Amino acid sequence: MATLDSKVPKGPIKDKWTTYKDKIDLVNPANKRNIDIIVVGTGLAGGSACATLAEQGYNVKAFAYQDSPRRAHSIAAQGGINAAKNYMGDGDSNYRLFYDTVKGGDYRSREANVYRLAEVSGNIIDQCVAQGVPFARDYGGLLDNRSFGGVLVSRTFYAKGQTGQQLLLGAYSAMNRQIARGKIKMYNRHEMLDLVKVDGKARGIIARNLITGEIERHSAHAVVIASGGYGNVYFLSTNAMGSNATAAWKIHKKGAYFANPCYTQIHPTCIPRSGDYQSKLTLMSESLRNDGRIWVPKNMDDVMAIREGRKKPTDLSEDERDYYLERRYPAFGNLVPRDVASRAAKERCDAGYGVNATGEAVYLDFKSAISRYGTEQALLHGVKNPSSEKTYELGQAVIEAKYGNLFQMYEKIVDENPYKTPMMIYPATHYTMGGVWVDYNLMTTVEGLYCIGEANFSDHGANRLGASALMQGLADGYFVLPYTIGDYLSNEIRTGEISTETKEFDEVEKEVKERLAFFINNKGTKSVDHFHKRLGKVMWDKVGMARNEKHLKEAIAEIKAIREEFWKDVTVPGELNEMNPELEKAGRVADFLELGELFALDALNRKESCGGHFREESVELDGPQKGEALRNDTDYKYVAAWEYKGEPSEAVLHKEELEFNDIELKTRSYK
Amino acid sequence: MMNLTLKIWRQKDANSKGQMVDYKVTEISGHMSFLEMMDVLNEQLINTGEEPVAFDHDCREGICGMCSMYINGEAHGPDRGVTTCQLHMRMFKDGDTITIEPFRASAFPVIKDLVVDRESFERIQHAGGFVSVNTSGNTQDANAIPISKIAADEAMDAAACIGCGACVATCKNSSAMLFVGAKVSQYALLPQGQVEAKERVLSMVAQMDKEGFGNCTNTGACEVECPKGISLENIARMNREYIKASV
Repeated sequence: MATLDSKVPKGPIKDKWTTYKDKIDLVNPANKRNIDIIVVGTGLAGGSACATLAEQGYNVKAFAYQDSPRRAHSIAAQGGINAAKNYMGDGDSNYRLFYDTVKGGDYRSREANVYRLAEVSGNIIDQCVAQGVPFARDYGGLLDNRSFGGVLVSRTFYAKGQTGQQLLLGAYSAMNRQIARGKIKMYNRHEMLDLVKVDGKARGIIARNLITGEIERHSAHAVVIASGGYGNVYFLSTNAMGSNATAAWKIHKKGAYFANPCYTQIHPTCIPRSGDYQSKLTLMSESLRNDGRIWVPKNMDDVMAIREGRKKPTDLSEDERDYYLERRYPAFGNLVPRDVASRAAKERCDAGYGVNATGEAVYLDFKSAISRYGTEQALLHGVKNPSSEKTYELGQAVIEAKYGNLFQMYEKIVDENPYKTPMMIYPATHYTMGGVWVDYNLMTTVEGLYCIGEANFSDHGANRLGASALMQGLADGYFVLPYTIGDYLSNEIRTGEISTETKEFDEVEKEVKERLAFFINNKGTKSVDHFHKRLGKVMWDKVGMARNEKHLKEAIAEIKAIREEFWKDVTVPGELNEMNPELEKAGRVADFLELGELFALDALNRKESCGGHFREESVELDGPQKGEALRNDTDYKYVAAWEYKGEPSEAVLHKEELEFNDIELKTRSYK
Repeated sequence: MMNLTLKIWRQKDANSKGQMVDYKVTEISGHMSFLEMMDVLNEQLINTGEEPVAFDHDCREGICGMCSMYINGEAHGPDRGVTTCQLHMRMFKDGDTITIEPFRASAFPVIKDLVVDRESFERIQHAGGFVSVNTSGNTQDANAIPISKIAADEAMDAAACIGCGACVATCKNSSAMLFVGAKVSQYALLPQGQVEAKERVLSMVAQMDKEGFGNCTNTGACEVECPKGISLENIARMNREYIKASV
């Protein structure tokens, strides 16, 4: 059994990264020209890594399943990116960003990694501005900031509601410069289907050309996985349709440990599903909770009347509404962190108070904010004794300026005007904090194999704070990996070109081809989506926002049964050697059917509640925190890293004990 | 609930001849997105042993720019300010016949069914869609150069382009000027982009011409069909930049 060495450098936390960087072995520029690096995935993490590695002189081969790196799902991030610049002069610092992130993650992340993240956060903003990213600015021409959930400072930089898009286009532009110079060879519409190891080291991948169906061999001195999270294991999520775990799962099966798969973020403010045909869920930015109040009716009669269309939400008086977040968490109210807000919505809906036909929706109401802003505007503009219509009109304009694009998106999807009637929202799977285990260098348990961005596990613990995903993706790609990878590659300068004409490549290619041929030849009776939806339902019902031993055990058995049925009865139309989207999906769903089981196993193992992982058996029984999540630091203050051994349920657990030297472990309270 | 007839372009691959094929779908809810309606059709085709219709899509929230259908003669269909994935079936009525084609332009060859090859857009970006600055982390502080809010906001409006190609598909000349103009404008409006402004506009325009995109004759259809409302002013700005760089 291999031991998990996190390779965190010695010394005070503030100096670790600087001191370590000073001592890392470097590769001389002439030698870099002889070293190839494969990067799988070109979102914020992969795209930024490609650009920087190529600038340094390495030969980069980049792989994306879309037709351009610009389409990776990082593009959909709305709200912003955190950085400890303290431009607002409100007392922000690297330490504070570090502290907020560790606390927000419910003390389940690795201190040294998080401190480094905070330390390089400021550089990210400098870099992006230099690249021409059009961040929002104030009238003095300097950068504007806004605040996000769970923190006491304003440190979030943003580009309208399209921050992810602009940051990704920045990384994409840096890639384009290197593609033009031939330092990045871009493989669009290609999907990595397996990893090739030679003498225990990652030496290449097998990829499928998604246009021609051709199976290709690609070799390199190191392989970097930046393929994002596995939220689509739930079928319905805010992820893109193509977002998948295949690259991460394949490397897991080749020896990379998979850490904390049960840490998943269910985001509280998404548009509820409307029917069985639903293909994905759409997020409404967390920023809406600054002005929106969340409620359900107090009385069951009103719930029924609303569902049957006899009453409208606007018919209910203040007395008839239950603002349950404000009731349960008077101190933080509607701005409790994501995990807490999501569970509270589920609690009300499980109790029968959901306000739409499916019973899975609560209201997000802007009426109070509109009248508050309206009154303020009337005063500012000298409107005396404004009518309620006038006040509403003035207030609506303020809300429109702040959230107009989100309100428009809501109206397009739901066909209701959210200025006139409250929005309906419900939690949806959004982000996965768990992922491939990496050490301080971002190397997995396979030599020469790295994992960055959402695909790895290290920085967000059991719950991610808003505006931190973009920060981590770019930190890993621009400023961490390009340094740490040198430490490994300095030993590769004498290796020479890696041949793809070896038995290792032969074997993996054969496996890949056999699996693809199996799908085409199986000719079962049910589509890939049929199985994916069934998996998603088990995951949502039994491994969702609240988990218990009974349900988790059932989930493990049910997922296994679905998987067995999938391999017997799946049908994949079309042919191998052509563009075949169903064939692509089949491979991805086959992997989700394994990952889902490990996910449930991890959740079963962790008999504590922490962050996004809530075990019904682990709650505070009395005192002011009664009914809230109960963390167990004595028994579970560790990273659960799973080693693949065949069936997912046979995975072997390895523990990385987490040490907290710079932060005191406390109960998160939002009461 | 609606019953619809779909006339869809089917083409096996880039080298095969394509044709319009009729399909029927039933019980379509107005709350479905257009792509969810396509999912219903595909599930139906798979269950009857036929090959599903290939189409590009990914984020399904209107930002990745992957989806690219030409619906009833309009890029991204009859609604305004949305991509195909955000077009909802309530825009149609029971009994409608809907014609669905790929984005057509000689610079966007069809790969299969409704999927087109937009690598030409990539090559235009490679030609100059960047600022030549290394990611060292040692650039100057982000606030070292103040940028007027107006310029920053205008740059952002240009940068909002999602690279879907609706402008090209819509234009009678298959011109990519809105797409290229948006990128040229974003950088032209920011001090960081000024240094290489000249080389950038010349090189991006040269690549655009080389790819076989047509010229702009100011009909403005691109702006109307653009899901992100990219303004025609960006083309004018690119033209000014081009003239400045050429004299």
